[in-house]
Amino acid sequence: MNKCVERLYNGVIKENPTLVLMLGMCPTLAVTTSAINGLGMGLTTTAVLALSNAIIASLRKIIPDKIRIPAFIVIIASFVTIMQLLLQAYIPSLYSSLGIYIPLIVVNCIILGRAESYAYKNPVLPSFFDGLGMGLGFTCSLTLIGLLREFVGGCSVFGHELGWFEPVGIFRMAPGAFFVLALLTAIQNKVKIAGTKKGKDMSKIQSGCGCDCLNCSDTGCKDRKEVSEIKEEEL
Amino acid sequence: MSDMMKVSSNPHIRSKVSTSKIMLCVCLALLPATAFGVWNFGIYALLQVVVTVATCVATEAVYEVLMKKKVTISDLSAVVTGLLLALNLPPKAPIWIGIIGGVFAILIVKMAFGGLGQNFMNPALAARCFLLISFPAIMTNFDCDTYTGATPLALLKNGENVNVTNMIIGNTGGTIGETSMIAIVIGACILLLIGVIDLKVPGTYIVTFVIFIGIFGGHGFNPYYIAAQLAGGGLMLGAFFMATDYVTRPVTKYGQIVYGILLGILTGIFRVFGASAEGVSYAIIIGNLLVPIITDLTMPKAFGKGGERV
Repeated sequence: MNKCVERLYNGVIKENPTLVLMLGMCPTLAVTTSAINGLGMGLTTTAVLALSNAIIASLRKIIPDKIRIPAFIVIIASFVTIMQLLLQAYIPSLYSSLGIYIPLIVVNCIILGRAESYAYKNPVLPSFFDGLGMGLGFTCSLTLIGLLREFVGGCSVFGHELGWFEPVGIFRMAPGAFFVLALLTAIQNKVKIAGTKKGKDMSKIQSGCGCDCLNCSDTGCKDRKEVSEIKEEEL
Repeated sequence: MSDMMKVSSNPHIRSKVSTSKIMLCVCLALLPATAFGVWNFGIYALLQVVVTVATCVATEAVYEVLMKKKVTISDLSAVVTGLLLALNLPPKAPIWIGIIGGVFAILIVKMAFGGLGQNFMNPALAARCFLLISFPAIMTNFDCDTYTGATPLALLKNGENVNVTNMIIGNTGGTIGETSMIAIVIGACILLLIGVIDLKVPGTYIVTFVIFIGIFGGHGFNPYYIAAQLAGGGLMLGAFFMATDYVTRPVTKYGQIVYGILLGILTGIFRVFGASAEGVSYAIIIGNLLVPIITDLTMPKAFGKGGERV
């Protein structure tokens, strides 16, 4: 059970998919115009991620290695379709505001990334919690970005108009998403650098997947790095 | 051994020109336009200019102190940014517009990318566009005590008659610093004579724009219409003071000509086919983004590297 808690912590803080691993940028930038949109998108992705991870882990011994990606996609697409129909039936307002980004969850790199790097190699329960942790991390960052954009760009919180100041409209448009994401990533890096200076072991907290490839133990990049090293040796 | 034979490392020729001297020249050259704006729109315009400049300088100083970097406000580039931004604001805009714009220009566009020389966009223009998108109602309201209603350029776009003489002198509505063509050209002549800028960018920009307007403007080469297009809006201010920004223009000779032509065409497209009457700021910003490519494509060959490219 300890492993499951560790997976949750890993997903939300250590390898937060949006602010640390920089995965799933398309929905992050596109749907976070308001906090409720970010929350809805995050929770939908969480459900798909956790369930598809569990199914892929349970089928990992049956899926042939050579066609594993199509097999993952079929499983993920099934869950996305289920979620899409459920949202359409029970939360039509969220369904219409998220629009095309719900079917696009199929190609979200977080889901395929976790299937490839974790669920395909690990038992069912840890895989489920890995998906849950990653999904909750995604939800937290999306909600935070949505909250900030909605507050600055519309002067409201979760749809409640505050009317404290003149809204800065650009924050509800595409550039605002980049401003807020860059700011949050900068804060994340700052915390990490400050921790390193104080002598804490921050090596397990990755930074935008550019710094700690050598210490990286359980993500998909490691396999790719080994492959490229072998290729270099062959050359 | 005499001094003639002394061997030293380069540079061998030193110039007295420094960044702060160039920036001071630009500030002085902007004074006629600023003074005319204050005379035209009243003392509130002066307050707007002072607050915006002070915000830019303060933002740069505070950022550099907090980040434990060398404080570079003495190079006066923040003053130029603040002045240009203020000249691009409507005369009756609230004071906080200038403050937000100044902070955005320095903090996001300039310092976040590494300070002077590293910014990929003209900070003043980026801030103007930021304000224009964020607060469209405030930024396009040019009403003030003396003038109300649409700017001459908007009237011209609607096919109404405008008084070209007033537009050249500057007795019209508009942003604080853009109305007077004469004041801007006086400042530009000072810069041209000192040699701070040359005509490669502004010259090709204006000539291309005139040709474009002549062909696509719908009035042919009617001198009255073309003069109104040249004198209206921020074209003169943009061509002489913003497109010539050292950091965000191409460094190569042919690159600057290509850049000027590109700006002329873009401005023409925005003014003739766009929804809004004005398009100088967006044209220059898009031009800024293309500068690295233009510089790359027009880089001259080093001596001895002729022949086929490998």
